[in-house]
Amino acid sequence: MQLGERAGLKPSKPMRDIFGEAILEVCKANSRVVVLDGDLGNSTKAETVRMAFPERFFNIGIAESNLVGIGAGLAGAGCIPWITSFSSFLLCNAYDQIRLAVAMSNLNAKILGSHGGITLGKDGPTQMGIEDLALMGGMPTMTILVPCDPVSMHALVRLATDHEGPVFLRSSRVAMPYIYPHNQKFTIGKANVVREGSDVTLVGCGIMVAMSLDAAAILAEDGIQARVIDLHTLRPLDVETLVSAARETGALVCAEEHLLQGGMGSNVARVVAERCPVPMGFVGLADTYCESADPNDLLVKYHLTAEDIVRAARGAVEKKKH
Amino acid sequence: METNQRIMTRTDLNEIARELRLDILDTTTRAGSGHLSSSFSAVEILTALYFNGILRYRSDDPWWPERDRFIMSKGHAAPLLYPVLARAGYFDREMIWKLREIDSPVQGHPIYRMMPGVEATTGSLGQGLSLGIGHVLGGRLNGLGFRVYVLIGDGECEAGQVWEAAMAAAHFKADNLTAILDYNKFQETGPISREMALEPLVDKWRAFGWHVEEVDGHDTQAITDRLTALQQVRGRPQILIAHTVKGKGVSFVEADFTFHGRALNPEQAARAREEILCN
Repeated sequence: MQLGERAGLKPSKPMRDIFGEAILEVCKANSRVVVLDGDLGNSTKAETVRMAFPERFFNIGIAESNLVGIGAGLAGAGCIPWITSFSSFLLCNAYDQIRLAVAMSNLNAKILGSHGGITLGKDGPTQMGIEDLALMGGMPTMTILVPCDPVSMHALVRLATDHEGPVFLRSSRVAMPYIYPHNQKFTIGKANVVREGSDVTLVGCGIMVAMSLDAAAILAEDGIQARVIDLHTLRPLDVETLVSAARETGALVCAEEHLLQGGMGSNVARVVAERCPVPMGFVGLADTYCESADPNDLLVKYHLTAEDIVRAARGAVEKKKH
Repeated sequence: METNQRIMTRTDLNEIARELRLDILDTTTRAGSGHLSSSFSAVEILTALYFNGILRYRSDDPWWPERDRFIMSKGHAAPLLYPVLARAGYFDREMIWKLREIDSPVQGHPIYRMMPGVEATTGSLGQGLSLGIGHVLGGRLNGLGFRVYVLIGDGECEAGQVWEAAMAAAHFKADNLTAILDYNKFQETGPISREMALEPLVDKWRAFGWHVEEVDGHDTQAITDRLTALQQVRGRPQILIAHTVKGKGVSFVEADFTFHGRALNPEQAARAREEILCN
């Protein structure tokens, strides 16, 4: 089955292509936007800007520390920089530069971490950003966004650009189906309930939103009505929506294409444990690096499928009864 | 509106340097910590920049878009930066006594815009030159004619990012970028030559496409003259290698590199004060 097929979602293009369109749009709309590349513009699709606005596109080369530093300097000169590369290279090579020059400086700079998670597939674990959200979590001033479909990618790239302050946005190589109508409204820090339900809540970000909707379709066949939340903003967390879901459905399952340690689920659990403890389940990467393979094979092998979410949801619902 | 540029006599410059050293001494002694010796070595460099007509700035409009940028990449020389900015008129001089105190913006290492005139968050070494390039590219794009000055340390040149930036600055033909190297020959744990040899520095910077000059880093007028001349260089970034003495101005600090990051005790501070006043 294709991703989103059970839930009846319409397929779309790879998310990186959507990012390429979205970044070009904000460059057209706002002349202050500049784009910096770590020599991966043809992979992240930031290269759309290179063709349209060559004077506002800077390839800094394979030097992520310098890439972040130059981006920060451009912000100091009045530009709105989008600093782009793979999330693994950017965060792991330039963490300190992001920490001082962007996060601690509370700078109006935007960071694109492309190829997040494992679904970049065959290039293997050296390129996979399985820890990017945890690392960004270590930057107290950083707004963290994870789009889950073409509509949210366009909206969040636009909102990130207009937001005053440091923003990290995670993009992916893989295609994600349409979740939203084209006119859907988004607010940073306000999660979207994309399916109503009262028996259990599935919280996801990125590819795991469509996966959660597929899981909800399977659960519905058993008479379990799952609410599905697209947690597109990991910081600031939408505490209200999460606590309401815990209170109203009595069980939560978090699903993410990321290490379980320090990612979306652990942050949701912190809020739920403090405000409205209910049984929870977690779908994500255990303590392991992945491998080179087709993305779909990886999702199965590393337990990031709709079936895995269904299993976790049944477990959480079962615990409600005790 | 006028800028704060001004030209001083040699006697005035010496007096400013002397007062800055006293401020560094008094604020770090009061705080009980701070990088006194690394601050002393760069006193004349900042005196030339801020008080002898090099930097164009408006301290009553600190973020004036056309201001020349000064980025203190060797952030541990913060105890020098604050008295310089106070003297330049960016904030009340009383602020400098709050160095390293709770609820004060006068941080141990500089934080971007936490104080007027502080252009960058620095303290993890190696980062300032990249920031400078970003300002150059942004200034170019926005049609602003400012120059960018970055003060880097010698130990800092061990960081790979410095050479990433060196390569990029030449690539982008950043001829309104001037790096000043405070070459005091010591890093935290010992002499540079012993810990991680940097030489031949002139050759290295030239090989990266930079215009290189050297100067006595404690001769304010000579520094000013060199920086003025460098403004005429076209097509290439420039570095002024300023030969300095770590702890300059206090003999027993000059003689002992372990004063890096260590403030003086009251007895030592009194002796240091005597020396600075007599020089």
